[in-house]
Amino acid sequence: MPFISNTPAQREQMLAEIGLSMDELFDDIPPHLKAGEFDLPRGLSEQETRNRLMELAQKNATHLTCFLGGGFYDHFIPAAVDAIVSRSEFYTAYTPYQPELSQGVLQAIYEFQSMICRLTEMEVANASLYDGGTALYEAMMMALRITGRNKVIVDDSVNPIYRVMIHSYTQNLKIELDQTHCQDGLANHDRILQMIDDKTAAVIVQNPNFFGCIDEFSDIADAAHDKGALLIVSTYPLSLGILKTPAAMGADIVTGEGQSLGIPMSFGGPYLGFMASAKRYVRKMPGRIVGETLDASARKAYVLTLQAREQHIRRDKATSNICSNEALCALTALVYLSLLGKEGLKETAQLCADKANYAYKRLTAIPGVVPHFRGKWFFNEFVLDLPCEAADVIAKLIEKRFAAGFPLGRYYDGMENSILISVTEKRTKQEIGMLAEALESVL
Amino acid sequence: MVIEGLLYTKDHEWARIDADVATIGITDYAQQMLGELVFVELPRIGKQCAGGDELAVVESTKAANDIFAPVAGKVIEVNDELESQPELVNQDCYNAGWICKLQITDVKSVESLMDSKQYEEYLAGR
Repeated sequence: MPFISNTPAQREQMLAEIGLSMDELFDDIPPHLKAGEFDLPRGLSEQETRNRLMELAQKNATHLTCFLGGGFYDHFIPAAVDAIVSRSEFYTAYTPYQPELSQGVLQAIYEFQSMICRLTEMEVANASLYDGGTALYEAMMMALRITGRNKVIVDDSVNPIYRVMIHSYTQNLKIELDQTHCQDGLANHDRILQMIDDKTAAVIVQNPNFFGCIDEFSDIADAAHDKGALLIVSTYPLSLGILKTPAAMGADIVTGEGQSLGIPMSFGGPYLGFMASAKRYVRKMPGRIVGETLDASARKAYVLTLQAREQHIRRDKATSNICSNEALCALTALVYLSLLGKEGLKETAQLCADKANYAYKRLTAIPGVVPHFRGKWFFNEFVLDLPCEAADVIAKLIEKRFAAGFPLGRYYDGMENSILISVTEKRTKQEIGMLAEALESVL
Repeated sequence: MVIEGLLYTKDHEWARIDADVATIGITDYAQQMLGELVFVELPRIGKQCAGGDELAVVESTKAANDIFAPVAGKVIEVNDELESQPELVNQDCYNAGWICKLQITDVKSVESLMDSKQYEEYLAGR
C-alpha cells in the first residue's frame, strides 16, 4: 500500500470543508498524549547511517552468559529449526484470505494445536496468540464470558509483566481484579480459597510461578469449580516435559509463553502465546482454530473452523479482537517440538532442573548468599538473597559478561536484595562455576 | 410455513403464550434463511430481559445471528437438547426446536407481536 501524503494546503482545504481547526479535530486526544515537536537531525547518507547504527548496536551488551529468565529463557535451538522455518513456503505465507488454499500452513497450525494439547493435556488449543501476557488476558476475558461474572482473583506469584498487561487491558472495564499476595514462594492458597465466592469468574495462577517455585493447584481448582468459577493456569511449556500438567490439576484454561519452544530471545519479540482449554468452552475461545475434516472426495483436509466466533463474522460481538495468530512462531514451536520428540523434551526439561539444582547448591555455598524460599521445589529458576542490592550486583556482573539474573525489587517491595536466577540446559558446569566466582568477587 | 396460534416478531422469532409463560423459537423462514445450524448459544436460566433484548445466538455454517426476546421476561427453562442437536431447529422449528421459556414480566410486551396472519402478510411483503 503506498503512503499518500497530504500537503499543508490540502489539509487546510479539508479542515475548511468540515469547518474545524486541527486542534478541534483532535480534541478527543488528551493534551499530554499529543505529539510534541520532534527535534530530528539532518538526514544522513546510507554509509553514515550504517556507521551510526553500528556504533549504537555496539553499545548493546551481547554474548553474555545468560542466567536471566523471568518468562523468557535461553534454550538451545537446533539449526534445523531455522532451516525448516525459513523455507519460503512457510516464511512468506501470512494467514491467507482463502485459508483452505494453503493446506500446508493449516496442517502445520493443526499439528501445533495438537502438540499444545498433548503438552498441557487439555482438549483443545487455538492457533496461537501474540504472547504469554495477551494469552493470559484473553483467558481471563474468556472466563468472564463463560461465567457471566466479573470478579477475578490473581495471585502476585504470576509474572508481574503479565499482571501489568492485564491491568492495562482491563482498567476501563467493569472488572473487579483482586490480587492475593503469595506466601512463602507459592500462591496464597488459604487466601484464594477464602476469597472464591459465587461472583468469582476465575482464579489466575502460574506454574512454575514467577519465582520458579513449583506449585499444585488441585485445591484451588476444586474450590473454584464448587462455586462455578474457572481455574486459569499460566505455564512454562518446556517444564511440562517433567512437571504435572495443568490439566491434571483441574485447570479449565491454560496459557503460556511459547518462547522456550525454539524461539530466540529478542527484545519485544515476536513471541508466541498459546491457549488451551476444555472442549466445552471452545466456542468462547478467542483466536483462530484449525480443524481436520474430509473434503468432497473423502480426503483428509484442514479448515479454519468455528469462525462465527471471530470478528469478520460476529463483528463487535466476537470473542476477541484477536483474530490473528503468530503463525510463523507457532510453526517454529512445532518444528522444535517435532525435532526434540517426547523423550528429547523430557531430557531437556530434566537437564534444566538438574543444572538449576547444581547452580543453587554452588551459589548458596557463597558466604552471604542465601535462598529466599527454603525447602521449596523449583524447576529451573530460584531466588537468592544477596547481602546488598541485587540490581547493583547484576550491573557489576554485566561487566564480567554475565546476565546474572532478574532483580526482583523491580516488581516486589522488600525484595531489593533478591535475584531470580534461571539455568537452562545450555549452561555448563564450568559456566555455573564462573558465575559463582564472579558473584563472590563482586559482593 | 407459519403456524396458527403463535405470535411472531419482525425478527422472525415466534412465541407460544401459555398463561404467563412464553415458549420462544425461530420461525421456519428464519431457519431456512440461516441454513444448517451448527450451534445454539442458550441463555442462562434466571436471565432477565426486556422485549427486544438479546436472548440467544444461533450459528449456521454461514452466519451467526442474535435471537431477540419477543416479550419481556425471565428465562425459566432452556432446550438443552439443542446443545448436542442444533439441527432440531432446522428439522422442527416450532416444536422440538424451541429455544427457551420466559416467565412473562410485562404482559403489555405481548401486545406488540403479530399473529400468524399478520406475520404471513409481513413475509409476503418482503
